[in-house]
Amino acid sequence: MMLIDCPYCGPRNETEFGYGGEAHVAYPEDPYALSDAKWAEFLFYRDNPKGDFAERWVHNGGCRKWFNAVRDTITYQFKATYPAGSPRPNVSGGSQ
Amino acid sequence: MADVQELRRSPLVNRTQEMEQASGSAVSIREVRFTTQVGLRAEPGTPGYVALATHLGGLPERVGDVVGDVDTTAVLWLSPDEFLAVNEPDSGLAETLTDVLGDHSGQVLELSANRAFIEISGPASELVLRKSCPLDLHPRTWKVNQAYATEIAQTPVILWKVNEFTWRIAPRTSFADHVVSWLLDAMLEFSHREV
Ligand SMILES: [Zn+2]
Repeated sequence: MMLIDCPYCGPRNETEFGYGGEAHVAYPEDPYALSDAKWAEFLFYRDNPKGDFAERWVHNGGCRKWFNAVRDTITYQFKATYPAGSPRPNVSGGSQ
Repeated sequence: MADVQELRRSPLVNRTQEMEQASGSAVSIREVRFTTQVGLRAEPGTPGYVALATHLGGLPERVGDVVGDVDTTAVLWLSPDEFLAVNEPDSGLAETLTDVLGDHSGQVLELSANRAFIEISGPASELVLRKSCPLDLHPRTWKVNQAYATEIAQTPVILWKVNEFTWRIAPRTSFADHVVSWLLDAMLEFSHREV
């Protein structure tokens, strides 16, 4: 069982959490100005990096808050968790 | 006209006898009926938060914290801006807190029918809960009058340690029956006299 460090509740079992895809995808400032292709890009196109990835997670089994995490997609290691709305922290240390 | 108070049924009324029979000196179980439950939403630092906190003698500030206690009014931490106030039946707490919040931004919601409260007590109560709860229930970690949202019997509950050997378990009412069945089963081994 993997532990995920909720910014509000501390380390909890992974089964208490839900996944919400890539973090820091800003809502378009003027959605009406977007072409269909650009709108589709905003809705559906996501990065898929090998390595550190900033993601949205929700703590369903505890405080029910959304927060962000930087996770290594190779090792599954959570390198940082931080409240939604905060900037992505710099995490050092490569994947093992 | 019929008195509504006479007509109401608690979620676990059908299990009363079973719970009595399963209770012993090592661990006992009962339903705490018709508690008043009020959901509070307020962003820390806002006027609404300050008003509620002033009236209630503070609001819990971090996970696990409870302000007040089981004998008066308790306010449980649910998230940084969400709390659950609990006290005795028909206390009118929701009306009082609605007035306290006034026009400030925030929320006071009467939620008394939302959760059932099951109380298990006795020296073996922690052992019973340990069979299912993923959190660390040991007294060095879980202090008296701390409460956490967690799982018992694969069911989301709020678990509140009200004193050294007494825990209150609050599942949503529709899951209460299942949680009681599970607890009765978990209690079985402690009902026998030690040999
Ligand atoms: Zn949490």
